[in-house]
Amino acid sequence: MSDYLFLIPLFPLIGFITNGLLIGRLPKPVISFVGCSTVFLSFALSVMVFFELKAMPAGLRVIEQVLFTWIPSGSFHVNIGLLLDPLSAVMILVVSGVGFLIHVYSVGYMHNDPGYGRYFTYLNLFTFAMLTLVLADNFLLMFVGWEGVGLCSYLLIGFWFEKKSASDAGKKAFIVNRIGDFGFLLGMFLVFWTVGSLDFLTVSEKAPEVFTYGGALITTTCILLFVGAVGKSAQIPLYVWLPDAMEGPTPVSALIHAATMVTAGVYMVARTNALFILTPDALLVVAIIGVVTAFFAATIGLAQNDIKRVLAYSTVSQLGYMFLACGVASFAAGIFHLMTHAFFKALLFLGAGSVIHAMSDEQDMRNMGGLKKYLPITFSTMFIATLAIAGIPPLSGFFSKDEILWKSFSSDFGHPLFWILGFVTAGLTAFYMFRLVFMTFYGKERMDDKTRTHIHESPKTMTIPLIILAVFSVIGGFVGIPHIFGVTNQFEHWLEPVMATSAGAAESHVLAAGGGDTGMEWTLMLLSVVLVAVSIYFAHLLYKKRTELATSLRERFSGLHRTLLNKYYVDEFYGAVVVRPVVYLSLFLWKVFDVVVIDGFLNGLASRYHEVSEFLRFGQTGRVRTYATVFIFGVVLVVAYMLMD
Amino acid sequence: MITLSAYVIVAIVLFGIGTIGVLISRNLIILFMSVELMLNAANLTLIAFSRAMNVLDGHVFVFLVLTIAAAEAAVGLAMVITLFRNRETINIDRYDLLKW
Amino acid sequence: MNLDTLIFIISAVVAVFGGTMMIAQRNPVLSVMYLILSLVAQAVLYVQLGALFLGAILIIVYSGAILVLFLFVIMLLNLRGTEDLGHGSQPISRFTKFVLSILFVFELIAVVKTGFIRSESPIGMMTTVAEDFGSVKAVATLLFTKYVYPFELAGILLLAAIVGAVVMTRDSQRGDSLRIGSAPDSQAPDIEQETGGEQ
Repeated sequence: MSDYLFLIPLFPLIGFITNGLLIGRLPKPVISFVGCSTVFLSFALSVMVFFELKAMPAGLRVIEQVLFTWIPSGSFHVNIGLLLDPLSAVMILVVSGVGFLIHVYSVGYMHNDPGYGRYFTYLNLFTFAMLTLVLADNFLLMFVGWEGVGLCSYLLIGFWFEKKSASDAGKKAFIVNRIGDFGFLLGMFLVFWTVGSLDFLTVSEKAPEVFTYGGALITTTCILLFVGAVGKSAQIPLYVWLPDAMEGPTPVSALIHAATMVTAGVYMVARTNALFILTPDALLVVAIIGVVTAFFAATIGLAQNDIKRVLAYSTVSQLGYMFLACGVASFAAGIFHLMTHAFFKALLFLGAGSVIHAMSDEQDMRNMGGLKKYLPITFSTMFIATLAIAGIPPLSGFFSKDEILWKSFSSDFGHPLFWILGFVTAGLTAFYMFRLVFMTFYGKERMDDKTRTHIHESPKTMTIPLIILAVFSVIGGFVGIPHIFGVTNQFEHWLEPVMATSAGAAESHVLAAGGGDTGMEWTLMLLSVVLVAVSIYFAHLLYKKRTELATSLRERFSGLHRTLLNKYYVDEFYGAVVVRPVVYLSLFLWKVFDVVVIDGFLNGLASRYHEVSEFLRFGQTGRVRTYATVFIFGVVLVVAYMLMD
Repeated sequence: MITLSAYVIVAIVLFGIGTIGVLISRNLIILFMSVELMLNAANLTLIAFSRAMNVLDGHVFVFLVLTIAAAEAAVGLAMVITLFRNRETINIDRYDLLKW
Repeated sequence: MNLDTLIFIISAVVAVFGGTMMIAQRNPVLSVMYLILSLVAQAVLYVQLGALFLGAILIIVYSGAILVLFLFVIMLLNLRGTEDLGHGSQPISRFTKFVLSILFVFELIAVVKTGFIRSESPIGMMTTVAEDFGSVKAVATLLFTKYVYPFELAGILLLAAIVGAVVMTRDSQRGDSLRIGSAPDSQAPDIEQETGGEQ
């Protein structure tokens, strides 16, 4: 079965080609069938290869399939090859599984859209690119997938390109991502320059010999790679594109900007963990960026009124958690959170989409409220997801988030400060998520009458994916129950072969710390649960019971509130510091350098040629015989020259 | 006895006559025929060398040159007809649209 | 002076004479006749050199087909050598061109004479050579084995020339001259109307 590994990305590609070539010619049921079934086939195949991988002995769980040589250029040699190991197996399951559910959901969500065929074409292309990204066995092929998902993200954010804000958001995402990709490329060059190969396995194997531990070279390489991850995974300072990306259709936000694509950065860091583990400095940078982003985005999320923007900042914040985990060298915890996050965040977005759908495209939560009785399935599934993201035991988010918090405290690379920030963020997360739930589903019905008459529960194609995701949001965490509950952490154990160095270090530390820290772990876990409960209580108080309290609080801290509402004015800051100088520089280059210097030089050259040609053109009589005579004259000269030799 | 150079010189003279025809003739058709004469002069050298070296490959080349000459005549004469239709003359000097 | 030499001298003189007369004529019809004369003389030289097949081809194809095509065109355009070709001023005088060409010929002869050709053994009818040298069979064998690809390419070239000639001589003002009869034209609009009605 693993021989057919290449079919996993190939199926969505087939769907993309079929739908793409026949845009506007296929009836909607056929488009939906092609779009969904190809992803389902990928998912089915992913499940099969997963079990095949699971049947292999733990140490040997690597399947590498080289399809053909892509670039054979001297010592630079790149294959089109796929790598299946525990890490990519988890990723393909998440990508194709969640992807399939979102495809199905889209059938219902997009059914009235005139760009239906285009939408599924892009979505299939995205799935193809994402699967290529996670299955790639070398940096360059990963970069191909990386750029592919970036392109699809751009196309899908700007899906409703008639809207200026949508096309602007698409451009913003694309350009900000370019900055990150630049870093990724440089990092890739450094890796090739030092190791002499781009193959993940070779790089992991040779890295400890090639690099000195903590050296400047490895630190630079890792930080450059991390810059790429920062761009793709929307971390400070390149997170600004993700909230704007909510201009795209909601299932796209769920698939690309929550569950899969934005986690590519985390995946990349985990994939290159053999490099990162060699440099504590870069890890420190990763952890700091991660935890600060988590906290920063969570605070912005507190004040947003657009339902999708709250979720967007929540995504940024959760991605920060994942990077925090990577930064304290417990990559398995990061990937674990990536997986659970994919379930509940996709569910939250899809639920939000269901709400927006019911509310006739209203996204402002101030105009919602009391939707609980209209949308029972949406409400209950979203409530589960909210519990999960807030970290209520025993839902999936509790295990993964707590794992990260504990690792940030206890790991070799951890620090209590990380834990404190992460801990506060967990409280904020619970607060803004329950704020969302209370504002949307409880309280007074603040929508106008016209909208109210239209409110309806979504069709089955939309609710069934919600239910399935809700189930996974509940049980998804059970694969990674930490060992203090008396069982081995299955998930960490599964990823151990990939994270050989890192997991080994972390485990030795845990063992060394011994049972003494178990009490500490229990304490911290209990603390966070209490904090979450308190946060939920406050959210309940402010947004359900006594809404006037929220208003007065808002007035009391109006300055702070305005800052949060305007996202700390970061966009304005970037506009003034980065965009405007670039615009002025471009204007200068255009008006002065291009028009005067370059055009002037070229025009001058051209007019000199013109003058000379004015004179020379009298040689062109237009008469064939004259030309022939001159030709013969030339021949006579040449022959004469040869005769003289 | 006749040597190879004798044949080659005959070919050169024929070629020269063709050259003079191309350079001097005003008549498009005669100019065209001069080109044919030059082609045949080249053929004669090929055949002479083929004989001198006792290999037949030269004959094949002559055969191909004849093919090309036929194609050239067909296309060339079609051009002559089209030109004549447009300008009502076969004076080569009148077709000087590409002058300054 | 044996027979071989005699034949060579006569044919060479006739070939050169034909060529000279060809370019000296005003009437293109006469020009063609002189060119045929020259070619026949050259065909004799071919035969003398053992190229029996090509000699026959030269007369049949060249004189018989290509030059007849010339004649045909001349007749079609109704050229009688009486057109006023004008005596407009030339950028380069006739005399210069003439001298240049003569110079060219002498240069080439000089090349031949200065050792470009090493073999000075006699060639011609009297020299021994393989029995089937230049026969149809020998040339054809070579053509269809060693030179089969150039041969096929020559066929394609001829096809392209035919298409080119047809396209160029088509009278664009009178529409598509390839279409014969008016029946398809009268039917075409009806079909369009029918399909239009169905929609």
